[in-house]
Amino acid sequence: MKKTVFFGALTVAALVAGVASAATLDDVKARGSLNCGVTTGLVGFAAPDANGVWEGFDVGICRAVAAAIFGDPTAVEFVPTTGQTRFTALASGEIDLLARNTTWTFSRDTDLKFEFVGVNYYDGQGFMVPKDLGVSSAKDLDGATVCIQTGTTTELNLADFFRTNNISYEPVPIETNAEAQQQYLSGACDVYTTDASGLAATRATFEAPNDHTLLPEIISKEPLGPLVRHGDSEWGDIARWTLNALVSAEELGVTSSNIAELAAAPTNNPEVNRLLGTEGQLGSMIGLDANWAANAIAAGGNYGELFEKNIGESTPIGLARGLNAMWTEGGLIYSPPFR
Amino acid sequence: MSTLTDPPKPAFRLSQLIYDTRYRSITIQLVALLLMVLGIGWLVNNTVQNLAALGKDFNFGFLDNSAGYDINQRLIDYNSQMSHGRAAMVGILNTLLVAFLGCVTATVIGVIAGVLRLSKNWVVSRLMAVYVEGFRNVPLLLWIILIFSIMSESMPQPKDFRGAEPAASMIFSDHVAVTNRGIWIPRLGFTNSLSGNEAVASVEGLPAVATGGADWALIGVTLLISIIAIGFVRTRASQLQEATGNRPTTWYLQLGLLVIPFVIVALFLGMTVVTPFLKGFNFTEGTHLRNSLIALWIALSLYTGAFIAEIVRAGILAVSKGQSEAAFALGMRPNRTMNLVILPQAMRVIVPPLISQYLNLAKNSSLAIAVGYMDVRATLGGITINQTGRELEGMLLLGGFYLLLSLLISSVMNYFNNRTQLRER
Repeated sequence: MKKTVFFGALTVAALVAGVASAATLDDVKARGSLNCGVTTGLVGFAAPDANGVWEGFDVGICRAVAAAIFGDPTAVEFVPTTGQTRFTALASGEIDLLARNTTWTFSRDTDLKFEFVGVNYYDGQGFMVPKDLGVSSAKDLDGATVCIQTGTTTELNLADFFRTNNISYEPVPIETNAEAQQQYLSGACDVYTTDASGLAATRATFEAPNDHTLLPEIISKEPLGPLVRHGDSEWGDIARWTLNALVSAEELGVTSSNIAELAAAPTNNPEVNRLLGTEGQLGSMIGLDANWAANAIAAGGNYGELFEKNIGESTPIGLARGLNAMWTEGGLIYSPPFR
Repeated sequence: MSTLTDPPKPAFRLSQLIYDTRYRSITIQLVALLLMVLGIGWLVNNTVQNLAALGKDFNFGFLDNSAGYDINQRLIDYNSQMSHGRAAMVGILNTLLVAFLGCVTATVIGVIAGVLRLSKNWVVSRLMAVYVEGFRNVPLLLWIILIFSIMSESMPQPKDFRGAEPAASMIFSDHVAVTNRGIWIPRLGFTNSLSGNEAVASVEGLPAVATGGADWALIGVTLLISIIAIGFVRTRASQLQEATGNRPTTWYLQLGLLVIPFVIVALFLGMTVVTPFLKGFNFTEGTHLRNSLIALWIALSLYTGAFIAEIVRAGILAVSKGQSEAAFALGMRPNRTMNLVILPQAMRVIVPPLISQYLNLAKNSSLAIAVGYMDVRATLGGITINQTGRELEGMLLLGGFYLLLSLLISSVMNYFNNRTQLRER
């Protein structure tokens, strides 16, 4: 009898262990909300507003995915993660989706066992210095003290850049963007380096943004995008095609203001109809409602709207579309067809 | 007539396993063992399953791969092309450095504060009470962050030292620079270095100086020989005192043994003091004590010092009053009474709790995370894990290191404890 109990216990243990890796979509549906990993606070990308409601460009992706699943853009639990905790949080299942301006690299995709679902911002690493430092090129930074967010690709790029240019520096490792800002402003470091978009966003929150300048060198490619765990392709598809839906919406002229009208009845553009679920079976193919993409777009608008509202030229952050313009306008933002 | 026979042996019944005291303890132990094995089995099984589900394997090969990141405080040679294992080693040495500095300072602070808290001077003893209660009742993390913020927010920037009328100036006749990036203090360099090839002149015209491992090793050996010689002199003095009752005066001999060989070696190596000076963005030359090290070191020392003060006070109070009265009656002066009578007896009370304070300090040094001090948690347990995705292996190594460090500290201290224990005859 004892043997039976023993093997019974082992079986139960195996089952409990096995359940943890079941379909993410079912887990999310059962929980009733999406656990989305974001930064601890980077204005424009992900930061709580005065009422404690998270908003920003990356937050918009989280809300779009939640809207695609539940039809409700507020069904999101935002989990703030630092550069060091984000991957552990995703790998352990604490979060379902990581939208935290994370660079898509080979080793993260293969060795760390993650799946990047696309690129929502094409970025590069830059340097910010106070104007009165009198530095006009990153190559003049020999011996400078550099604030760097630890656990990021920028940390590795920085080491490579200074090594290949044969100049020295003193790294000051920092955990979050807020700490980096405080250290930089107090003059404990001469330079702050991270993705150029992050620098622009940080500078926008300074009291005197014009006293600081971004150096011309962009020392790396930083394609930033949302990512999920390896091994659940259905879940990866949902995240990927939600992002693609936002991009396609911009290309097809579907915006948050005209979407109610366009989704009400089939239009004479078949691709818009397929995207918004008034024609074809795309919703059931991906395992969601027919109007999943319509919900995702209605949540915060299409890709272009999200960009303009959160980080575009009309905001204090003031980033130009640049590489992140539609492919039809000379940028890199491109979605495979909805067919 | 009846024959004597053994009483019939009762047959063994299962219920005896619980109700019979002869078997009960074995039953309980077996059940506990079984539960423990099941628990461990479940944990291991769960880990294996989840690793398999994530498609990860379990190996330590990542330690040989190139680390790719830089570390600011390096006690051994390191650059970003070296391996993750080397980076972990740099981190381990940084942890050991702050733990060692912290233990030494905490002991000094603790002993002084503990003795002063027993002072008959009301102001002094109250001040020490404020120190002890203030530091032991506020979380260590707050002290670390407070000291770090004071350093980085209120100290002058290196550029304030520049210009004809600088806003800040170096202290101790231009030898020490206190900035918001840390404190630069002079270092010792060697003009006739044994490992000569790395000698460089810091400024045009000044002699070339180098810091070589070989030079420091030579000085270390010299000092060691001096100390052994001094020990020999002292033993002889004690023997003479036992035999004749008079202790010969040997302090000049001891001082000479310590100083003269050192001076000869220092002159031979051309030891000079290298003063930090401003160059480019930062001070250069000299030894750079970073804010993170200072904050962690001071906070750990003051915090643990408060606990040690209480331990010392308890140890002294544990020695009965009659001991000091007897010593005074023999005509011993107060400091001799303390050194020869009270402290040796107090030590056996002090040392065991002191061990756990040292262990606490060593482990608390991992709070370095708050100020970006590059200890082993930050290198192996932080950046390396994050860049390689080897959470399980990294955390196991990290846990293993702290375990080993703690066991090492406690075995050294236990050896010391056995030496100082009261030997009753």
